[in-house]
Amino acid sequence: MFKTFSFGIVLGILVAGALLLFRPVVDLEREFSMGKPRQNGGVIEEYYVDLATDRVLAGIGGAGSSVPPGLVWPDYDFLAGTQTEVFKLRNAADTVIGIASRMVGGGDNAFVEWVVHIPARGTFYALLPYNASGPGIRAGTLRAGTREFSTLTGSVTERYIAKAASDNSDAAGRLELVTSLVSPFVAEGPPEGEDE
Amino acid sequence: MKYAISLILGMLTGATLFILLLYFNPFASPSSISPLAMSRGQVLNFSFPAVSRETLAFTNDGESVPLPHPEKVLQLWERTVKETSAAIVILADSRGEPVGIAVKFQSDSEDTHILNAQYLVNSVWHIHLPGRGTMLLDQVENHWSYMRDIVIQAHKSSGDNWRGNWTEVMTVGPNAIGTGRVTGGSGEFAGMEQEGVESLFATAYSVAAGPVAMFGNLVITLPDTDEELEEEEEEKPESEPGE
Repeated sequence: MFKTFSFGIVLGILVAGALLLFRPVVDLEREFSMGKPRQNGGVIEEYYVDLATDRVLAGIGGAGSSVPPGLVWPDYDFLAGTQTEVFKLRNAADTVIGIASRMVGGGDNAFVEWVVHIPARGTFYALLPYNASGPGIRAGTLRAGTREFSTLTGSVTERYIAKAASDNSDAAGRLELVTSLVSPFVAEGPPEGEDE
Repeated sequence: MKYAISLILGMLTGATLFILLLYFNPFASPSSISPLAMSRGQVLNFSFPAVSRETLAFTNDGESVPLPHPEKVLQLWERTVKETSAAIVILADSRGEPVGIAVKFQSDSEDTHILNAQYLVNSVWHIHLPGRGTMLLDQVENHWSYMRDIVIQAHKSSGDNWRGNWTEVMTVGPNAIGTGRVTGGSGEFAGMEQEGVESLFATAYSVAAGPVAMFGNLVITLPDTDEELEEEEEEKPESEPGE
């Protein structure tokens, strides 16, 4: 019986080890990537923010109101003219897939920036000009990315879509973020010493 | 029958021994020395509150600790963001003066390997220092020691809390020397590619509310100025002929 008990100890250690080794401790929920292929390579993907329901936080330096209720936005002088927002982010199928921050700064180096964090895929950092290139449109570039976005380059466009006149819902319009990203082409010859 | 009971008892003992070995793993000692401690260049040093009620806002799925703040903040309950939290904080410089605002997103990482004493978290900081510029710090954090030394200790305590002095460098990657990647955005940081490290200092934790007394520290290296690069060049020994 002692032999059986000892065998059980070894078996218990092996089973516990195997469970921890092969069963993922963290298994994030995923949505299908809804990218559309771009004509000359790369992928176009659209993300949305519903301004009425997806705003986690909004604070504007020097302004009285902020979101959420109960948030006391600090009145430091250095925050004057800055804007910080955090949103839930939706894909083209209107499913929440991540979270994003949008920062706006004024002054000589005025800017608009997005950091989009999609837990199962990675994060990207987009820089946009302060001045809109069309009504509610800003076209910028991808500055950096992590994991799935780490090797990509391309453009990021922000567009404000106003609420339709026929829309009787609580919606306050949408922000659309369109990325057009491509993996850099790496021209590689055959490895040295290898016949062509 | 008695053999089956022996086997089951043996397996339970084995599994318990295995878990104890993981818990007391001597090779998983916390790292309290920043990999940037020996950095010769200029660094930016920020402190920030790591207790949810001391942040401007903090949100998560609403069911786990720390508790969201303020109470009516939108919670991340959707299944794709359930393992994610967001904190918005004011950054203070080394003299304690508020100098910037930052948003931190963090999500549990699928690269987590408990066997290697790793409870990994992917996190990013979107940092805005008004008048200076913006940057992104992306990093991989290891929360294993935090869980083992604080959270589990608090659960074991009869008062459901923990008190002590705990310091740890949370950043373990993605750079090879255990630092995070810093990417400059606008202003004086435009085009910058540097490194950063986050540390946490905790003295009190409660099972019900999460961290009670805890603050964090961010260290970000700055690029060498032209003068410093020249000095380094001068300090380099001249190479021998033929080398």
